[in-house]
Amino acid sequence: MNGIHDMGGMHGLGPIDREENEPVFHHAWERRAFALNMAAGFLGEWNIDMSRYAREQMPPAEYLATSYYEHWLWGLERLLVEKGLLTRAEIEARVAELRRLAPR
Amino acid sequence: MSDHHDHAEEGSPLTETELRVRALESLLVEKGLVDPTALDALIDTYETKVGPRNGAHVVAHAWADPAYKVRLLEDGSKAIAELGYMGRQGEDMVVLENTPKVHNMVVCTLCSCYPWPVLGLPPVWYKSAPYRSRAVLDPRGVLRELGVEVPEDVEVRVWDSTSEVRYLVIPERPRGTEGWSEAELAGIVTRDSMIGVAKVQAPARGGRR
Repeated sequence: MNGIHDMGGMHGLGPIDREENEPVFHHAWERRAFALNMAAGFLGEWNIDMSRYAREQMPPAEYLATSYYEHWLWGLERLLVEKGLLTRAEIEARVAELRRLAPR
Repeated sequence: MSDHHDHAEEGSPLTETELRVRALESLLVEKGLVDPTALDALIDTYETKVGPRNGAHVVAHAWADPAYKVRLLEDGSKAIAELGYMGRQGEDMVVLENTPKVHNMVVCTLCSCYPWPVLGLPPVWYKSAPYRSRAVLDPRGVLRELGVEVPEDVEVRVWDSTSEVRYLVIPERPRGTEGWSEAELAGIVTRDSMIGVAKVQAPARGGRR
């Protein structure tokens, strides 16, 4: 099955936007999302192909509308739930709790 | 604070994405699955220690030492390890040499595979839809867009990376660099030249450091 990630040869995706002196990460959360993916990968519950496959399950419209490390985050959540390391309910509960506590 | 598309609603300065990252980190740390100091160490490694200077060292060494270049082209991973660079996402390295007759460029159409030990983490444009889609469709057009004009009589080869095989391009050594030290050579090798989307330029006379 093909998918939105299989981009080789697609038309109409626009010009290439190359940033001068690009930083390794653009936001603090990207650092954490990257490191969490790596560290969780070291648990040995999945391999690199499984983590890429998980990211590829993102709905196509969402995939195109989100950034690279958002793909990583989405895939990581999916794998953690699939492997039973976290439940969907506890992730959503923690997100809601942090949203409540967040400074406004 | 609401001008950015991923900012959370209800006026919270934390975006939905930031909240989700924090939620995952706090849960994984609480369960003892992830050590926060290990996260900091990973970030430090990939932000400050691993990067294109490593690849520039490899290229400069290959330019300066023909026997090393032969080993590098024969077995990339092994020859790169001679210089101390190894690790994740660089286990199986293939090194490609640009010549006056062949121009190699590298892409990962499916995602973002890239030789981390020698180039660090990939830049955003490399992981972007425009580059991934068009590098294989119209490589000369992509090169032109990125400022590289490849003459018609030069063959362009596009290499699509996989999670197993990663590529490093040895760009052409510019004229006027005869007798330079390896450190001086490494100083002019850019990340993009090692992806194959830029040429290495020798600084104008007097610009040598």
